[in-house]
Amino acid sequence: MSDTVHAGNEDHGSLRSYLTGFILSVVLTAIPFWLVMTGVLDSKIATEVAITTLAIVQITVHMVYFLHMNTRSEGGWSILALMFTLILVVIALVGSMWIIYHLNANMMPGRDMGQMP
Amino acid sequence: MTTDSTLMHTAFGRLTLQAFPVHEPILVATFVAVALGGLIVLGLISYFRLWGYLWREWFTTIDHKRIGIMYMILGLIMLLRGFADALMMRWQQAVAFGGADGFLPAHHYDQIFTAHGVIMIFFMAMPFITGLMNFVVPLQIGARDVSFPFLNNFSFWMTTMGAMLVMVSLFVGEFARTGWLAYPPLSGIAYSPDVGVDYYIWALQIAGIGTLLSGVNLIATIVKLRAPGMTMMRMPIFTWTALCTNVLIVAAFPILTVTLALLSLDRYVGTNFFTNDLGGNPMMYINLIWIWGHPEVYILILPIFGVFSEVTATFSGKRLFGYTSMVYATVVITILSYLVWLHHFFTMGSGASVNSFFGITTMIISIPTGAKMFNWLFTLYRGRIRFELPMMWTLAFMITFVIGGMSGVLLAVPPADFVLHNSLFLVAHFHNVIIGGVVFGAFAGISYWFPKAFGFRLDPFWGKMSFWFWVTGFYLAFMPLYVLGLMGVTRRLRHFEDPTLQIWFVIAAAGAMLILLGIVSSLIQIYVSIRRREALRDRTGDPWGGRTLEWSTASPPPDYNFAFTPVVHDNDAWWDMKQRGFRRPVAGFNAILMPGNTGAGFILAALSGIFGFAMIWHIWWLAALGLVSVLAAAIAHTFNYRRDFQIPANEVERIEDGRTRLLAAQA
Amino acid sequence: MTATGGNATTGAPVFCLTEEHAHAGGGSTLLGFWIYLMSDCLLFAALFATYGVLGGSYAGGPAPKDVFELPLVAVNTSMLLLSSITYGFAMLATYKGRIAATQGWLVVTALFGLTFIGIELYEFAHLIHDGAGPQRSAFLSAFFTLVGTHGLHVTVGLIWMATLMLQVGQRGLIPENVRRLACLSMFWHFLDVIWIGVFTFVYLGGMLR
Repeated sequence: MSDTVHAGNEDHGSLRSYLTGFILSVVLTAIPFWLVMTGVLDSKIATEVAITTLAIVQITVHMVYFLHMNTRSEGGWSILALMFTLILVVIALVGSMWIIYHLNANMMPGRDMGQMP
Repeated sequence: MTTDSTLMHTAFGRLTLQAFPVHEPILVATFVAVALGGLIVLGLISYFRLWGYLWREWFTTIDHKRIGIMYMILGLIMLLRGFADALMMRWQQAVAFGGADGFLPAHHYDQIFTAHGVIMIFFMAMPFITGLMNFVVPLQIGARDVSFPFLNNFSFWMTTMGAMLVMVSLFVGEFARTGWLAYPPLSGIAYSPDVGVDYYIWALQIAGIGTLLSGVNLIATIVKLRAPGMTMMRMPIFTWTALCTNVLIVAAFPILTVTLALLSLDRYVGTNFFTNDLGGNPMMYINLIWIWGHPEVYILILPIFGVFSEVTATFSGKRLFGYTSMVYATVVITILSYLVWLHHFFTMGSGASVNSFFGITTMIISIPTGAKMFNWLFTLYRGRIRFELPMMWTLAFMITFVIGGMSGVLLAVPPADFVLHNSLFLVAHFHNVIIGGVVFGAFAGISYWFPKAFGFRLDPFWGKMSFWFWVTGFYLAFMPLYVLGLMGVTRRLRHFEDPTLQIWFVIAAAGAMLILLGIVSSLIQIYVSIRRREALRDRTGDPWGGRTLEWSTASPPPDYNFAFTPVVHDNDAWWDMKQRGFRRPVAGFNAILMPGNTGAGFILAALSGIFGFAMIWHIWWLAALGLVSVLAAAIAHTFNYRRDFQIPANEVERIEDGRTRLLAAQA
Repeated sequence: MTATGGNATTGAPVFCLTEEHAHAGGGSTLLGFWIYLMSDCLLFAALFATYGVLGGSYAGGPAPKDVFELPLVAVNTSMLLLSSITYGFAMLATYKGRIAATQGWLVVTALFGLTFIGIELYEFAHLIHDGAGPQRSAFLSAFFTLVGTHGLHVTVGLIWMATLMLQVGQRGLIPENVRRLACLSMFWHFLDVIWIGVFTFVYLGGMLR
């Protein structure tokens, strides 16, 4: 009977794993909101680093508990595709910001064109 | 009068009678020719009562082989249009010196070089490589079709709709005058308020959806549908390059979609992404579009590298040298192609630190390509080389592409690029690699796989005529451009003051005429091949002594490709089968489950095309209707659960018996 | 499927599968959809990159502090997160073959999703009314487009959900429908992942600029 509903050895999660993921996500959402709304960490940089880290952790939680990401799914192709995509996302984000930062710095009017870093 | 014009405006948007270029002689003449030709074609189809056949067997097909052939036909037609643009540019540049202004005013010339680039890249090169991959990959991996046959059909029609929009722009309104990448602020609403850039945007967005879905389709196909025993490292090398190409497609095309969407938001809604004021940054467009643009050129060339690998091995009678290193080189190129994009805008001002990083990565990416070159040479070495057409194109590619690659490495040096950026040297470089690479490779692939697709080879004499015209024509047309570029001549100019430059442009125009003869020879070749098809008939299915699984099928293969799914034991699976005494089964055939034809792809694409046209001309009611219709039709299609049908066992037996008899008659 | 090993009598290798399960299609669907989601991920990456680059260009107009209401964003975030867990419950019911429970949880998910969209539309309308529309500056153009694209995806997901509920109602939890529910599940959770990026970098990050 279960064969007609789902085949294969894909991980489909359980009530426990969904609830675990949910609780973790709630906590990982509440903390960054609290950090920013109360400004408890005096340094902006520290807050930015904190919320970024928490976001990455929560994304991982979602991947594992909700999207059932593991190394076996589709013979390893799922996680390979994800890793490749994440690398490209980082390249596109970091690359764009680095390039545009330099372009903005160099191409603002009134700059000495001989001193471009 | 105001109510009249308001009514007209609501009904037709900004489409008025002014949009029809009745005062432009060249366009009027073109329209008359196209209309006459079109009427003749439509008339013939009606006369021979072929509409039913066309709809049932071709337009609604989900057979990857037929879809592949339709892509090739689309590419060929668009090659003719794109080349007409090229001829006009060459003529203009050959005559327009000093007092002579030439025959193309700036308003036209700018549309012509824009259309030439857009058509050649998006509607000639992309369809050619997509067509080849579509036709060949399922056969090479021993599958019956791609993973998502309906999506395949839909992808084809979306690409065709994009091409249609570009063609329509010739007679209704005008095309963009911005160059093939439509940089803002020129492409923004302030400097290009007319429909040209909108035609550009919607043609590419619609075609882009088709391409993206095709990418998803072929990745899934290669990962999931390989015959038993065909591990990744036993796949044919063309399939490897197809896999990496489609990975690039899936990874790059969303960036193009976003960039064009942001431009269209600037134009339609008044946002400020790429404007000069209110915080916009046009440089971000150039950054984003080249994050797409560089992988795009690797999308174009990687499948072609695959073609050359197959052809070199087959026509040397040897296993491909260095299969493993070829695979690694392909994968490395795939990843590195995301780390070089800034070399397209060294001169925009990012400075030495950024420029040197990307200059170095650009030079590094030439290394795996060089490795491939050596592997092909080592395959040829001590092989029994047969100089059939595919091999001839391959040899021409090797020489030509290396020259183009070297000029690329030269441009990769930022200080050199500061002199050569946007000069004719750049134009010569990219035509060198695209024609020497993609076009020569497409011709190699076409002459190689044509007998598989149609059951008879292409006429060798006219093929060789085409070859020599193309090769000599290419060198004559583009080597002068290197010289002109080094002398400082800028691209996209329609008139020059310095008469000493003229001789180079005249030589280039002569080269273009030779290429024209090459194209004409190809058309004659097709005609002659059809006339002589019995003499050129491929009865065995393996006219070249092939090494990969597609050559184990009949020419053309039956709808189901393989009566029995092959089992693979080694690389060059078909060669392995031949060496080890494979006997083709002649009995015991089973029924085969196949996907059924559907008109949904055509309908969805046509509705998307209508939506695009309406958006271009600001016919808002039609755009809304079109969008809603597309959604409704897509949802309706999902209610169709019965998409497959069985080919009965006795039908399979009948087809296979036919082949058994044919093969026996050859023995 | 027959063995792919050699033929016992002659020792010759087997080159054909002489018997195959006439397996219906669909084996590629989940992987294909995952790959599509990866492309969608890159689409959002380009939008995030645009926001990253243009997000500080206020053109003398409203800055994030002037327009973002974090309490509302927190409510919205919880709506989406709750909808993720309820979709998870729907999938658990699906794999147990329980149609009524599946449909019920899908309705709850859709209600959370509609609430999310409703709150977002309210936020947008408010901003536009206050002169902080997408045309005001590059920052606002980037904000509206990034958040709006996410909202558009959620809307498409809701239409898909309604369609699937109809199809499950008509045909039950046949394998094809289960596959479709699994694809929508991936889509829905993926949208929550993107939202994590949005609330972190756009809303919270914006308040820190």
